[in-house]
Amino acid sequence: MRHTISVLVENKFGVLARIAGLFSARGYNIASLAVSETLDSAISYMTIVVEAKDENVLEQIKKQLNKLIDVITVTDFTKKEHLDREMVLLKVDCSAKDKARLEKLLDKFVGKLVQCKSGTAIIEAVGDQSQIKQLLEALDEFGIKELIRTGRIALAY
Amino acid sequence: MTGAQILIECLKREGVEIIFGYPGGQVLPIFDKLYDANLKFILVRHEQGAAHAADGYSRATGKVGVCLATSGPGATNLVTGIATAYMDSIPMVAITGQVKTHLIGNDAFQEADVTGITRPITKHNFLVKDVNELARIVREAFFIASTGRPGPVLIDIPSDIQLQEAEFIWPEEVKIRGYNPTLFGHPGQVKKAAKLIQQAKKPLIYAGGGVITSGAHHELKVLAEKLNAPVTMTMMGLGAFPGTHPLSLGMLGMHGTAYANHATMESDLIIAVGARFDDRVTGRLDAFAPYAKVIHIDVDPSSISKNVKVDVPIVGDAKNILGQLLEEIKKAPDTSEWHKTIEEWKKKHPLKYKDDGKIKPQYVIEQLYDVTKGEAIITTEVGQNQMWACQWYKYLYPRTYISSGGLGTMGFGFPAALGAKLGCPDKTVIDIAGDGSIQMNIQELGTAVCNKINVKVMILNNGYLGMVRQWQELFYHKRYSQVCISSPDFVKLAESYGAVGILVTKKEEVRPAIEKALSIDNTVFVDFQIEPEENVYPMVPAGKAINEIIAGLA
Repeated sequence: MRHTISVLVENKFGVLARIAGLFSARGYNIASLAVSETLDSAISYMTIVVEAKDENVLEQIKKQLNKLIDVITVTDFTKKEHLDREMVLLKVDCSAKDKARLEKLLDKFVGKLVQCKSGTAIIEAVGDQSQIKQLLEALDEFGIKELIRTGRIALAY
Repeated sequence: MTGAQILIECLKREGVEIIFGYPGGQVLPIFDKLYDANLKFILVRHEQGAAHAADGYSRATGKVGVCLATSGPGATNLVTGIATAYMDSIPMVAITGQVKTHLIGNDAFQEADVTGITRPITKHNFLVKDVNELARIVREAFFIASTGRPGPVLIDIPSDIQLQEAEFIWPEEVKIRGYNPTLFGHPGQVKKAAKLIQQAKKPLIYAGGGVITSGAHHELKVLAEKLNAPVTMTMMGLGAFPGTHPLSLGMLGMHGTAYANHATMESDLIIAVGARFDDRVTGRLDAFAPYAKVIHIDVDPSSISKNVKVDVPIVGDAKNILGQLLEEIKKAPDTSEWHKTIEEWKKKHPLKYKDDGKIKPQYVIEQLYDVTKGEAIITTEVGQNQMWACQWYKYLYPRTYISSGGLGTMGFGFPAALGAKLGCPDKTVIDIAGDGSIQMNIQELGTAVCNKINVKVMILNNGYLGMVRQWQELFYHKRYSQVCISSPDFVKLAESYGAVGILVTKKEEVRPAIEKALSIDNTVFVDFQIEPEENVYPMVPAGKAINEIIAGLA
């Protein structure tokens, strides 16, 4: 089961390595990780999507993260009202005659056409989990050649 | 002041009295300032010895141990020692030199990514990039190492930083926003625990290393006596409760007493204090203590409900919480039936060994206890020697049993004994060793004799890596693969270093040899040629429930 947690950390040398190391040492799986500075340049905000087989594992992950000196707070979004977003960039096959059909499809979902050249269309999209999922499923008929995701970011209401 | 001077001034202000270490190129500036700094420095013969000595010093005194090594190989040689301290939650600060800042990441001579290598085995570590940060970093390092659940902290200092000048500003207070250990237990939880305790019929106190770290041994004794509850200890908790006290059940777990294990399995309430339900104690988890509710008092929230489901968790310092608990308990539970059952177990399954006139290791330890009257500080190596030391010496005070529990590091005991002796010069310090283990840091004989650190090493010499041989005998059809190990003539070896060596080949020589060793004003190695295939019993094989005990022959 996947859970989204956010971690506020000191923006210091080695903090990302420490968190990644914690996960790998204890055998916890990171599905995605997004991190950058907050308004306070001394603090960074990480959104981590973890793979945890049950409540106990998730509890341990949160406790072990809290133990780290550089971790300021840990928030578990499992039971908390939150907003989540992710950005994707992808390439699909698109000939000149497909372009109109593609644009119509993108209108229905959260995607935007960046360019369509030499048979390849580059699309960008920003949305929550289900929106991105729907877009990718819809684009499958065109054939997705390349897909890059930023990983989820989440914000408590 | 230069970085090196700032470092030394900080160490002095933190109350550091001894540093264990070894010089090298990237710590030359520090060693230059140490030359006339008036700080006691012990030059070891291998950096691993420095780490273990700082560790042993810390375990014996409760203070933060300090070790110092150069970059590259000097630092990597500390790794085993740091990991040992990490697994047992020992407060320690390791300082390593590093190549100049602009060379970091360039594969420079004697460069190693020490902060990367030690990240998983330190409570925290620092790479100093600005000499103006150094004082704050040292202050924070000592604070982190010694508070909450203690642990080793490493400070990596590039040599150019050691030479740079800065104003010395001593930070008045330490404030780390991501680090705020809980000190007092939640009053609601304490009340819940008190209620459970008063209703219990078969309570058992399970005391670990945390009781000793917290200095809670007095409160523990008061609680045990108030409740008239039996007390069992983990290996790390030995000495937290006096081993001769009528309520003591001795150690539990894989090589614990049968009666401690039976009590754990039949208990209806386990009061865990400063212990972490390690696999050596629990045996098969799904069979562990099936009838017991669990109260868990621990300073580390991540230890609670990690392995065993806890009914009443209380996070905080053991000494504080036991104090709070004592105030809440109005009536002691009725444990008279429980004690009758326990007495039966004690009568039916005492610790025993066959006395057939040969030198038995258990007999050696019994004699050691008798001669020292339980007043010595015992360090151990790892394996059979360690287990016999747990079983046959009775520990009366905290900080008198010093052993590598979590990591199980062979070669720990001898350098740790040196550190312990320096921390407690008026105590007799004895390392109980195996012939395999003692060879791992044997070079520290040089450190011992040169600095006149007079410890006694009792080598239980059976010509084998005993514990491994025992497992091969019991589970691998006696296929003794690579466990037969040769040793030097320990007497000649000790003498070559300027120490004293005594050989014991007959049972009647055992006690006189011990008495002689303790009376000599020098480091003494006593080589006891013990029964080669003696096993440690009782034994709970890995993966079994702790009442599935192999009792062994008597």
